[in-house]
Amino acid sequence: MIESTPIRTWIVIGFVVVGTFFLTVGTIGLLRLPNVYNRMHATSKPATIGTVAIFLAGFVYFGPGGAGLSSLIGIVFLFLTVPTGAHMISRAAEQIGVPFLGSVTWPGKSDDEQENSR
Amino acid sequence: MTAEGSLVLVIDAAIVLVAFLNLLCGYRAVRGPTVPDRVVALDAIATNVVAIAVLFAIKTGRGLFVIVSLVLAIIAFLSTVAVAKFITDGDIIVSHE
Repeated sequence: MIESTPIRTWIVIGFVVVGTFFLTVGTIGLLRLPNVYNRMHATSKPATIGTVAIFLAGFVYFGPGGAGLSSLIGIVFLFLTVPTGAHMISRAAEQIGVPFLGSVTWPGKSDDEQENSR
Repeated sequence: MTAEGSLVLVIDAAIVLVAFLNLLCGYRAVRGPTVPDRVVALDAIATNVVAIAVLFAIKTGRGLFVIVSLVLAIIAFLSTVAVAKFITDGDIIVSHE
């Protein structure tokens, strides 16, 4: 634990405000977007950025070493796991046949068909 | 050593706001038309709970709760992968013979 100066307090407040803003954006996207794939986009990207900002606030507050280092490990872990989980859910949704929106297609098979028809 | 002054006010407001966002995510988890919708909503709830744990660590000044948030992130990832595999294969633990 390092001593709290006003500038460090303001940096922590700034990170917390930014993180809460991005978490709010992610939740609004989860509620308002029309499709499961679009909702997944909303929850994986802004929610990750918001949580990473709050982890950075924890790093600034606790200082380098101890809990601050654990915050940095948490950032790396989130950047590794959240895209992996979103990818697995989107693949599962495509396999059980959740329809796409409009003219959207799954990358791969239909692209080959379009190239063959050309 | 706990947070003081304007910092504790901001963090209290952030905790209340993120808890309210969890409630809104719960709406999608209950009403979601398909199963992947519910899984995505529960994943978002888990991410918000990780953020709440870090905010609580800053509020109380106890670094232990950062470790708690790490464990919550690990459990969220494992449960997401397990449910995705269950939807795809209809089975989680597959024995190869």
